[in-house]
Amino acid sequence: MTTKQRNQRPARQSLWAAVLIGSGIMAAIDEIVFHQLLGWHHFYDRATPLIGLLSDGLLHAAELLAIVAGGFLLAELWRSEALAPRWAWAGFFLGAGGFQLFDGLVNHKVLQLHQIRYGVVLLPYDLAWNIAGLLLLCIGSGLVLRAKAGMRHDELADTRQH
Amino acid sequence: MTHHTYMWAEMLALLTITALTLAYLWAAARSGPRQRPWSAWRTMSWLGGVALVVVASAPLLTTLAHHDLRVHMLQHLLLGMFAPLGLVLAAPLTLTLRTLPVAAARRVIRLLRSRPLRWLSHPLSALALNIGGMYVLYLTPLYALSLHSPLLHLGLSIHFLVAGYLFTWAIVGPDPVPHRPSWRLRVAILFSAIAAHATLAKLLYAYGWPRGAGIDPAQREAAAQLMYYGGDFAELLVAITLFASWYCHSRRLRTAAALRTS
Repeated sequence: MTTKQRNQRPARQSLWAAVLIGSGIMAAIDEIVFHQLLGWHHFYDRATPLIGLLSDGLLHAAELLAIVAGGFLLAELWRSEALAPRWAWAGFFLGAGGFQLFDGLVNHKVLQLHQIRYGVVLLPYDLAWNIAGLLLLCIGSGLVLRAKAGMRHDELADTRQH
Repeated sequence: MTHHTYMWAEMLALLTITALTLAYLWAAARSGPRQRPWSAWRTMSWLGGVALVVVASAPLLTTLAHHDLRVHMLQHLLLGMFAPLGLVLAAPLTLTLRTLPVAAARRVIRLLRSRPLRWLSHPLSALALNIGGMYVLYLTPLYALSLHSPLLHLGLSIHFLVAGYLFTWAIVGPDPVPHRPSWRLRVAILFSAIAAHATLAKLLYAYGWPRGAGIDPAQREAAAQLMYYGGDFAELLVAITLFASWYCHSRRLRTAAALRTS
């Protein structure tokens, strides 16, 4: 088995486990900070269509399972010494940014589940929300590039040794 | 007359729980000559589950629940979600099988393999009984009816305790299940249960169910949120149990593989 093959599986698994955690944690932050602490979002805003309630329920279930599944997957990788931290960090930011952008575009705008805040001009809030999501995604992509470079570096070191 | 029947039925339910608990404690205290002692954690889990059942069905709470949907929801969460988790993790079936003589244990296993129990212990039917039952209770006049009939109320409480037990047993139970479905199906069914539960809570909030019982809207909204977040917490515990069993199982597999190679 070459180093490349040996490294790819843990890398992919670390990335995806952390994507689950990142998106789940972003969803939890949304729930705790914006719903509970700031009270900007509402539990239900009296304008949500029925299909929105259903998709909200599905998304909610996905978030809850994502945190638990991601946590145990990472623990399993850690225990079997197959955790690739650089890939895991990349996955975490990709998951967090991906969820933030999905929430901002699909949930707030397409499905109109709820808005970020009520009784204010929404545009700056929407922009800040989605730009924050994009930034997290950019950080995640940057970390993916770094992890890839790290992997090439390892391979090179490996071929030199032989 | 009805009240009389109700008193007897409630007495019978309480006697059943007490008898099961005494049997559990007796079986847990004695272990055969070649058996390890029964885990104290499991015994505590059983007692915890029973304590939740007793708290949830205490007369004080029932009286309060009659006038307050929030208290009703709390009772419901304890009986249908938290108590079953405690009871299931206590592995009463495993304890029964190891305590009974071999011939009797075989009969229990045959009973488990019978068609009705195979159907009941399938997570899909358990899901339908459990969450489906909640949709029927809250989105039809059944809830309003149950306020006027203590017997119906007791029947519903028992239904949700049993349905919650079946569901938890089928998804995460340490006890054997006839035809336990695949890991993926169990995760998918838990996912559906969480989604259906969260959606129902929002439906109650949004569309003002249960109707016909003269419930104050603010109280109903608080009850719906209690259902949403309380249900979340219970389902989070179930999800952690499910993934923890996967984690422990994969460790055993790894140890076995390591032993084979060395």
